[in-house]
Amino acid sequence: MPLEITSPDLAYAPIAPLLIVFGAALVSVLVEAFVSARRRREVQIVVCALGLIGALVAVVLLAGTEELVFAKAIAVDGPTLFLQGTLAVLGLAGVLLLSERSLDSSGGAVVARAQVLPGSREDVALAEATEIQTEVYPLALFSLGGMMLFPASNNLILMFIALEVLSLPLYLMAGLARRRRLLSQEAAVKYFLLGAFASAFFLYGVALLYGYAGSVDLGDVLAATGRAQSNEGLLFVGLAMLVVGLLFKVGAVPFQAWTPDVYQGAPTPVTALMAACTKIAAFGALLRVLYVGFGRAEWDWRPMMWGIAILTMIVGAVLAVTQTDVKRMLAYSSVAHTGFILVGVIALNPDGLSGTLFYLLAYGFTTLASFAVVTLVRDSSGEATHLSQWAGLGRKSPLVAATFALLLAALAGIPLTSGFTAKFAVFTAGYEGGAVPLVIVGVIASAITAFFYARVVVLMFFSEAPPDGPTVSVPSAYTAGVIGVGLAVSLVLGIAPQPVLDLAADASRFVY
Amino acid sequence: MNESYYLLLAALLFTIGGLGVLLRRNAILVFMSVELMLNSVNLTLVTFSRTTGTLDGQVMAFFVMVVAAAEVVVGLAIIMSIFRSRRSASVDDANLLKY
Repeated sequence: MPLEITSPDLAYAPIAPLLIVFGAALVSVLVEAFVSARRRREVQIVVCALGLIGALVAVVLLAGTEELVFAKAIAVDGPTLFLQGTLAVLGLAGVLLLSERSLDSSGGAVVARAQVLPGSREDVALAEATEIQTEVYPLALFSLGGMMLFPASNNLILMFIALEVLSLPLYLMAGLARRRRLLSQEAAVKYFLLGAFASAFFLYGVALLYGYAGSVDLGDVLAATGRAQSNEGLLFVGLAMLVVGLLFKVGAVPFQAWTPDVYQGAPTPVTALMAACTKIAAFGALLRVLYVGFGRAEWDWRPMMWGIAILTMIVGAVLAVTQTDVKRMLAYSSVAHTGFILVGVIALNPDGLSGTLFYLLAYGFTTLASFAVVTLVRDSSGEATHLSQWAGLGRKSPLVAATFALLLAALAGIPLTSGFTAKFAVFTAGYEGGAVPLVIVGVIASAITAFFYARVVVLMFFSEAPPDGPTVSVPSAYTAGVIGVGLAVSLVLGIAPQPVLDLAADASRFVY
Repeated sequence: MNESYYLLLAALLFTIGGLGVLLRRNAILVFMSVELMLNSVNLTLVTFSRTTGTLDGQVMAFFVMVVAAAEVVVGLAIIMSIFRSRRSASVDDANLLKY
């Protein structure tokens, strides 16, 4: 039998958001090469903003599209467009946080020259200089492009490419902190080695599923799960390995080990971008794999996912209680949130899908704004992230402390905040999907998380400030705007969530 | 010709690579083990391309090679930077971040 490759029909219009972001990333590389160093930062911000706003406009114009393009490799449908729009907005917010210059005395959270040895004489001089680097902008744009491709891939090998395109720039960005550079480099090494390990698992899963179905198209995999004579062993092992790779990216237990280290070590604006956007993209891909490719093989993966969801909720919530660093605490809280979102994923019904989409949007805004607040509290050595340093912050800066308290309330899921609506949506879907024990564990874990969020609030408002405590820096319009928008979304989605819930419900249909 | 030998060899290579990641202490060797895992995937893909009679597997192997090359660039840059600042590429020495 001769083997032939047939050339596919290419429809560019439905993937306009991706093309715009990747195009902006390429322009951004050219800006690095041709624009003078003095003006580069402004030009880069404009390129990023135009690219991401353009992508958002394209998403809005494409709303309602449901088709498979590029030889069925890319699915443009409700979940894809919903997540791409969310990623464009949150990505822009992350880029604005990266552009903040008025907080650090030498300007910017990103090291000016990454090749300079930490602790060397040159490094000390660099810490005082106001030099900045702008390579993070193309890295951020490429990463965001990969994130927007990830939930859209209907083909497992394309999903792997998207996974690497989103991860590789993030590995680098994690190691670029201007202060505490050893921690940052260590975070980058850990993230890279564990991430590469996890993507090898993902890839082996892809290879086994290819052997099982004879194709890596999710529609073909779905069709193959219906045939009786297929080799079930390949399906089980392949699916398990594929899911391991995806669960690593969302940070579910027992694949969460990297989360606290990387969140703590990476520059805080990068952590914010990573915490919000990577989770959204990875959950989008997980949803597509489980709902489309393995919608019929649910008895093969649901028991495993039940166990993982329960472990993730409990471990994330319990370990968060013991943390003494704000960034680590937020990292473990993100692990717990991964568990809550998994309840919606496991529901495997339209409500679960729309609830998960809504949760990702709400969580993204809240967590981005929380990390933005963390960048404001500083002492002479940079950000003051130890919890004891946050004592008495409510008296020093009532506005910042109150903002952080409201964001923590949204993360805890207090009524009238977005967290409550989101949790209600996924837990209801989980209940309807027959996952009652999961919902019970979820509610208990929520109570545990509420405890440590409340502990931070008590610390900020009801304890004495240490004499040599940190100061609260006044941010520029970038960070202030991001915090304001994040807070506003967290409150509006708690008070009047219906329009966005409707939007998520309309978007909750996969095409395959 | 029996294709299952190739699949077994690939599975063996993947296991050796996985054990290498878990047991080796030098970041470069850990990374080489990851590359071994990726190459065992390539062998699996090409074998399945033959058993299923489709070309997809061979094309995918090319994609994997390109991605692996990109990963080497990023990975060695990161490992180099930590080696230069610590004079050690051991993953046990990188222990500032904990609890």
